[in-house]
Amino acid sequence: MTQVKEKERKLTIARAMAESIAMEMREDETVFVMGEDIGELGGVFGNTRGLYTEFGAERIKDTPISETAFIGAAVGAASDGMKPVVELMFVDFFGVCFDAIYNMMAKNTYFSGGEVNVPMVLMTSTGGGYSDGGQHSQCLHATFAHLPGMKVVAPSNAYDAKGLMTAAIRDPNPVIFMFHKSLQGMGWLGTEKEAIVHVPEGTYEVPLGKATITREGTDVTIVGITSGVHHGLKAAKELEQQGVSAEVVDLRSLVPLDRETILESVKKTGRLIVVDEDYHSYGMTAEIIASVAEVGVPMKAPPQRVAYPDIPIPFTPVMEQWALPSAEKIVNAFSKIKETEQ
Amino acid sequence: MTPTQEQEIWMYQNMVTSRFFEEAIEKIYMEGKTPAFNMAKGPIPGEMHLSNGQEPCAVGVCAHLNKDDIVVSTHRPHHVAIAKGVDLKRMTAEIFGKKSGLSGGRGGHMHIFDPNVNFSCSGIIGESMGVAAGAALSRKMQGKPGVAVAYLGEGAANQGAFHEALNLAAVWKLPVVFVIEDNAWGISVAKKASTAVKHNSDRASAYSMPGVHIPDNDPVQVFEKAGEAIERARNGEGPTLIEIETSRLAGHFMGDAEAYRPAGEKEHLAEIDPIPAFKKRLSERYQWTEREDQALREQARETVNAAIKYARDSDYPAPEEALDKVFV
Repeated sequence: MTQVKEKERKLTIARAMAESIAMEMREDETVFVMGEDIGELGGVFGNTRGLYTEFGAERIKDTPISETAFIGAAVGAASDGMKPVVELMFVDFFGVCFDAIYNMMAKNTYFSGGEVNVPMVLMTSTGGGYSDGGQHSQCLHATFAHLPGMKVVAPSNAYDAKGLMTAAIRDPNPVIFMFHKSLQGMGWLGTEKEAIVHVPEGTYEVPLGKATITREGTDVTIVGITSGVHHGLKAAKELEQQGVSAEVVDLRSLVPLDRETILESVKKTGRLIVVDEDYHSYGMTAEIIASVAEVGVPMKAPPQRVAYPDIPIPFTPVMEQWALPSAEKIVNAFSKIKETEQ
Repeated sequence: MTPTQEQEIWMYQNMVTSRFFEEAIEKIYMEGKTPAFNMAKGPIPGEMHLSNGQEPCAVGVCAHLNKDDIVVSTHRPHHVAIAKGVDLKRMTAEIFGKKSGLSGGRGGHMHIFDPNVNFSCSGIIGESMGVAAGAALSRKMQGKPGVAVAYLGEGAANQGAFHEALNLAAVWKLPVVFVIEDNAWGISVAKKASTAVKHNSDRASAYSMPGVHIPDNDPVQVFEKAGEAIERARNGEGPTLIEIETSRLAGHFMGDAEAYRPAGEKEHLAEIDPIPAFKKRLSERYQWTEREDQALREQARETVNAAIKYARDSDYPAPEEALDKVFV
């Protein structure tokens, strides 16, 4: 046991992302980083810390506040043999640069009949819970997942963050890497401790498009995305005290969506709760429930979703905390399931 | 930087080929669209933006480029694609939506990609610029030769993307040239009604880069100025913004009634058509003969006809091929 403890190396998601990028940069000189404050500062959310010192300003490029230009530039560079990792500081800022993202980055491969690859990673922070207001707190998972031509990943812990980042950089397609601020391990954002896990020193990939079962159970499937996974795990503990065995599925990838893992779990449990901090309507929760519904998995009760209400994210903590998904809401959703069964 | 006789003839030949191509497309585009005009009908459905009149912008710049250099063009891309050496048969097949098209019919006329000659374009105004800047960055970082050229219309100069890309290219001193094809019209809105400056090239000074204004739709002037800008870029001296006052001889797209044009404008533009003017220059300067001209035209026509035949003879893709090539 003592030996295992010594080998354990707990990292934050921020550190894990930076480590993956650094390792890929050492191996592949076409990998470089662009974005706002990703250089000497190390990224507002810490995910490029140390890179500037090791690789210098040529490969760790601070940009002007010009997301259209530098994401567009990443498309041009990626199409010309480079592998840019670019940061859109807050996903909320997509409004100024979505042409570069979904009209260029996501479509050029298709428009070229597969002849032009766009191997780039767009990393972007998501999520609220720290009263940053409605233009700095959204998740927008479905906004990106909805549009074809880009893969989308969203880790819930540091192990997956490193492996997904490595897989994303090596993938020949554009990948959106969404990291939740409350899981990032930056103390000032409030930190989910369960996201800080052991991360192997060596290189490894977490395959894109593969969900994972974080906790096995038999009575209900809780599918979560980023923060939703942690709410799900907490809810599972509470449900355990009620004698309910909850299985928690961490989606990890939104595109491609691992419907198989979800279906297998729901076939086993017959009950489904989907947890997403993105808006309630038209979101990943709907997509997952529809995916289960359309194959006709026998269910013991109608599925439930725990998501953000269809409102802009309010500032004041009493409102914001009230609106956020939580373990309690998941437990309540399970009670609702039981009620419908009776 | 004056063009040689050979370069002038190359430019003229490309202009003629481009014009013949557009004239052929114009004719075929109307097949199935009369008497009632329905954009979805005929062998070439969808929007069609012809480049008649804007050929000098294509040839004067592309005369300085080789196939490794990068060009990102606009929604009106045919003339530039031809001058850049895009595979005309496969481009035509793409415009017809055929399987043998450059993307197998997935892109269409606003989305021409030919990686063999580093050509691409986009239907989104101003988005060519960031992409070209990034390709230029790529060459700089990899230490590989090559410059990038972004084409845009004068309307794009009022987009945020324009200003962001100019600033980024200047601050990083990228080997890129931005070429404004100023045809004076953003669909139906006149430049003077939409643009606060008389010359968009003046905006270059805001980004500490040279701004070059070319007042005439003259391939030789474009050649000279573009040559200097491309040489600057190749020498690592940074970007240039070039503005060419060109002519859009046709409508914004086919089917455009052009009622917004002042009376007499189209007739005037036809009078200053750059192709007859170039022919005149060649005969004055190089004793270009009618016989030589006929031979050149014949060759251009054959090139175009072969491309059209290739497109017509090609099969359509299977509908379900639409599901492929989203990812590689």
